[in-house]
Amino acid sequence: MTDSFKIAGREFRSRLILGSGKYASFELMIRALEASGTEMVTVAVRRVNLTDRAKESLLDHVDTRKYHVLPNTAGCYSADEAIRTAMLAREVLDNNWIKLEVIGDEKTLFPDNQGLLEATRELVKEGFVVLPYLNDDLIVARRLIDAGAAAVMPLAAPIGSGLGIQNFTNLRILREQIREVPLIVDAGVGTASDAALAMELGVDGVLMNTGIASAGDPLAMAEAMNLAVRAGRLAYLAGRIPRKLYASASSPTEGIVSGV
Amino acid sequence: MTIIVNESETQVPEGSVISDLIRSLGLNPERLAVELNRKIIRRSGWGSTRISEGDKVEVVHFVGGGEEA
Repeated sequence: MTDSFKIAGREFRSRLILGSGKYASFELMIRALEASGTEMVTVAVRRVNLTDRAKESLLDHVDTRKYHVLPNTAGCYSADEAIRTAMLAREVLDNNWIKLEVIGDEKTLFPDNQGLLEATRELVKEGFVVLPYLNDDLIVARRLIDAGAAAVMPLAAPIGSGLGIQNFTNLRILREQIREVPLIVDAGVGTASDAALAMELGVDGVLMNTGIASAGDPLAMAEAMNLAVRAGRLAYLAGRIPRKLYASASSPTEGIVSGV
Repeated sequence: MTIIVNESETQVPEGSVISDLIRSLGLNPERLAVELNRKIIRRSGWGSTRISEGDKVEVVHFVGGGEEA
């Protein structure tokens, strides 16, 4: 069963997107990408370390024919910084996709909505495919979509917190109301059930980094997340039973042998 | 002449162009993006873009990073 989805016209069969940070080694990262089954990986844009003669680059290790590289604007605290970073990112691989983060606070890494909207507008005008990271706020999501965002990526919980979905109600509302672009839960996923729960809500995909990279055994967790996203998606498509307060027997009441 | 690359002072020969700088740093051009005085210079222009005394150059690449600052 192909249950793929499209972002900006590009098809993805895996609904799991991975970040590339926090891995102990490039080798471990690549193996985690493989175990996860992902088809897209986010990367950050940073100055080259000119005194580091080893000079190994992330791109030396990522097969760009296999993985769609999605640069991000991690570490940007203003629209200007994010726009500048996105422009630089585009030059590296001639790739106009950007995962847009405009951070408003160091402790929570929550987004700065104003900066986010401003940067989205500007980058869309410049021809970028913009995937913004936002809180689970329907109004902000709508504004971003009106501004031309190619998807919306609400957080489950603070980046790297591992708390899992903190506001199911908001996510359910978002899922019901946002139909024009894909809805991808990004940030805060801690373990497999968090990912499965997100998919059971009917979101289109899940993005995570720390949940896998900082797990005790990242490769095992990558596989777990692979399965969780698929399981959650299948369960959603299968149509769950309703929740009832009281029991509903599974066996027939006729033909019971009594008094034995 | 003295220029500033990634906020560090560096000496480069007079008349250098961007591609000279990249080569002297031993970097793979296919993995980089370059800014000269806050203006992005496309790779196709590296061979013809002169660097002058006091210029500020930023050389960036992709690193591992998911959703972190």
